[in-house]
Amino acid sequence: MLGTKCETCGRYFFPPRSFCPDCRRNGKITDYKFAGNGTVVTYTVIHTANEQFEAYTPYVLAIIKLDEGPRMTAQVVCEPKDAKIGMRVKSTFRRIATDGASGIIHYGTKFVPAE
Amino acid sequence: MRDVAVIGAGCTTFGEKWSSSFRDLFVEAGALALEDAQLSGEQIDAMYVGNMSAGRFIEQEHIGALIADYAGLATHHMPSTRVEAACASGGLAFRQAVIAVASGMEDIVVAAGVEKMTDVEPGASTDTLTGAADREWEGFVGATFPGLYAMIATDYMHRYPLTREQLAMVAVKNHYNGARNPIAQFQQEITIDTVLKSTMVAEPLRLFDCSPITDGAAAVIVAPLERAREFTDTPIKVLASAQASDTITLHDRRDISTLDASVAAGKWALKTARCTHKDIDLVEVHDCFSIAEICAIEDLGFCKKGEAGKFTADGETALNGTIPVNTSGGLKACGHPVGATGIKQVFEIVQQLRGEAGKRQIDGAKIGMTHNVGGTGATVAVHILGRV
Amino acid sequence: MVGIITYGVYIPRYRIRVEEIARVWGANAAEISGGLGVFEKSVPDMDEDTATIAVEAARNALARRAVNPKEIGAVYVGSESHPYAVKPTACTVGEAIGATPHMTAADFEFACKAGTAAIQTCMGMVASGMITYGLAIGSDVAQGAPSDALEYTAAAGGAAFIIGRDDPIAVLNHTCSYTTDTPDFWRREGQDYPRHGGRFTGEPGYFKHVEGATRLLFEQLNKSPKDYEYAVFHQPNAKFPQKVARVLGFKPEQVRPGLVVPRLGNTYSGASPIGLAATLDIAKPGDRIFVASFGSGAGSDAFDIEVTDAIDNTAFNRNAAPSVEELLKNPIYLDYAQYARHKGKIVMQS
Repeated sequence: MLGTKCETCGRYFFPPRSFCPDCRRNGKITDYKFAGNGTVVTYTVIHTANEQFEAYTPYVLAIIKLDEGPRMTAQVVCEPKDAKIGMRVKSTFRRIATDGASGIIHYGTKFVPAE
Repeated sequence: MRDVAVIGAGCTTFGEKWSSSFRDLFVEAGALALEDAQLSGEQIDAMYVGNMSAGRFIEQEHIGALIADYAGLATHHMPSTRVEAACASGGLAFRQAVIAVASGMEDIVVAAGVEKMTDVEPGASTDTLTGAADREWEGFVGATFPGLYAMIATDYMHRYPLTREQLAMVAVKNHYNGARNPIAQFQQEITIDTVLKSTMVAEPLRLFDCSPITDGAAAVIVAPLERAREFTDTPIKVLASAQASDTITLHDRRDISTLDASVAAGKWALKTARCTHKDIDLVEVHDCFSIAEICAIEDLGFCKKGEAGKFTADGETALNGTIPVNTSGGLKACGHPVGATGIKQVFEIVQQLRGEAGKRQIDGAKIGMTHNVGGTGATVAVHILGRV
Repeated sequence: MVGIITYGVYIPRYRIRVEEIARVWGANAAEISGGLGVFEKSVPDMDEDTATIAVEAARNALARRAVNPKEIGAVYVGSESHPYAVKPTACTVGEAIGATPHMTAADFEFACKAGTAAIQTCMGMVASGMITYGLAIGSDVAQGAPSDALEYTAAAGGAAFIIGRDDPIAVLNHTCSYTTDTPDFWRREGQDYPRHGGRFTGEPGYFKHVEGATRLLFEQLNKSPKDYEYAVFHQPNAKFPQKVARVLGFKPEQVRPGLVVPRLGNTYSGASPIGLAATLDIAKPGDRIFVASFGSGAGSDAFDIEVTDAIDNTAFNRNAAPSVEELLKNPIYLDYAQYARHKGKIVMQS
């Protein structure tokens, strides 16, 4: 998970930002590789999905606070009934969606429960 | 800066209008507004139209020009501008019209909103609505628009005493009001059971917690207050126009269950209008989902954080409550033709302040507020209107 | 000395039992398990594929040892189930581990031995000085046609090996291969499922080539089975590797640690690599490991490997990533309907 960090104020960004919202032009942005560990802040179980995700319902969608600070939105691969606010999760590399049978496969980050 | 007044308003019925095209909807709403203001088209100086996504719903862009053309005003070369802020497109169009008149740049300005959503498959419309969120970092990873508000609900219910029944009561109240509103998509009253037994969409939100897919259009006409009586006996003054932005993603917000943009816009509006909450007789809030109304009542300051559930259950937001919320039926019962909603809210307040709201009339209503939100709270427009 | 610098494995958590598949097709589960020696196989999650498995295996390898991904000069992924027919899995892996852009990459296909072919290629590139590190992966989400014998064993999993010269945990002393043009098992371009020649896959396929490569290596090195602590053979089922081990003169205890097919199924290009990884999981310095893979079409790659002291020293941390045993623990069992949904065997509206 490649994000960024503002060396000026110490804030981490994932998803990455090339412009620190606090320091703006005074912010010195560098690359940062996240460890991929975090905690679920809130979540839902999606039953009615957009077309590309219909085959996966019901699935857990969560806002996860990474240990370094930023929050991000991602799916959590677990039984819907096992999803909990406060559960620890770690990142994993999965297929997110495809542009149909002949289009590009989009890979990305999901999370799994961390033991 | 001049004072601005609403001198006319019109609204189509909202619903699945299979026989009405995008152009038909606009023309109908526009004609109703002009009729109401006893104006003829050539008197219009400019037009602002709110529309979220004609490009995806009807594969049409350049809406400003299209609308001017079909309104018969293209040959008069009237300036016509499309305004977009997802579900707050209408509210922002109204604000742009108000600014144009207040600044002295224009005199008679139409603020309209229109959305035709039923010409695409349901799957395509829900995907289009996801464009109101952050496509790359929310939509791409599998978030749906209801899913984002559902996460707000999960967070809210984890921290505050809101029960599933209280949440359902928001929809029940709005359907009750909608059944008394001739333009509303849904004319039937419902019960808490209706909500709790409906299909799960994104836990904990069910079908009846969510506003539907709707076609519709609305239009209002604004003019300098000093000229209003040339056109109407019941001018409605724009006491405040406020707009605020916030992070586009829900995950970047300071507090997931508080729309800071609503708080900011609400405060600025009250300050500009020199009103307190007690002066507001009714408010149209953005109930795209039941939880959104709960947060809105608190964010706008009508009750304390965490208490909106009880506030609703106690009937405080009903027609006969201390602060009637969504007398129109809200987005839930009227339907939510995205770009039109913000203007419909103004239309409702205008009707109420004129005493023309029929069975849902709030007696003696003098000052009303509208609250229109884009996405999960990245844009908010709040207006306050008052009888003159 | 060219050798394995670090390794990693990934196995999806889902399983389906042989008896569940047999139930659907009205077959005799006991006979099938008895005949194949396989009881259950791994099934990928709906959002897993050869690429995601390869990435997780590679990341697990990197978790065990501090290798700078920018020094990986080549990435090769061997599979029968690459997500694209044209666009290499190796590029996705390279990007996901941070090895791009100064690297070469390509995908390999040689039925079940594409992974070991990738190891051989990396050996050559490191030995010649062309690259500092090479990443060789065998990964598959194998498909068996519904009700076919192969459906009981076609499984999902992968293993990744980083090959280099600098302080390897196991030296790759020697490799040789035995390859012919033999149509024992194949899949035509555009077809969903492979076909095979039934019993022809045995003697003229598996046994001829595995025995051929093994005997060739023994001749070249003047060695025999007693020179090794462990042996890993390709494992399409449990019977073939145990039989070939016996025929060649290996003892059951030598083969046991690397024989994971009874609980995992046949992970095709991942099979011999995962068998080797399972053996490395328990190996000690000085252990000598023999490996002979098999790929239909047909060929076998044989390896003579010697574990070094480095496997126990601090630069390499075996516990930093899950062992094969750990990955086989805590399985989630599916019924046939869920399995069919996971494997895309249900025709959906496109």
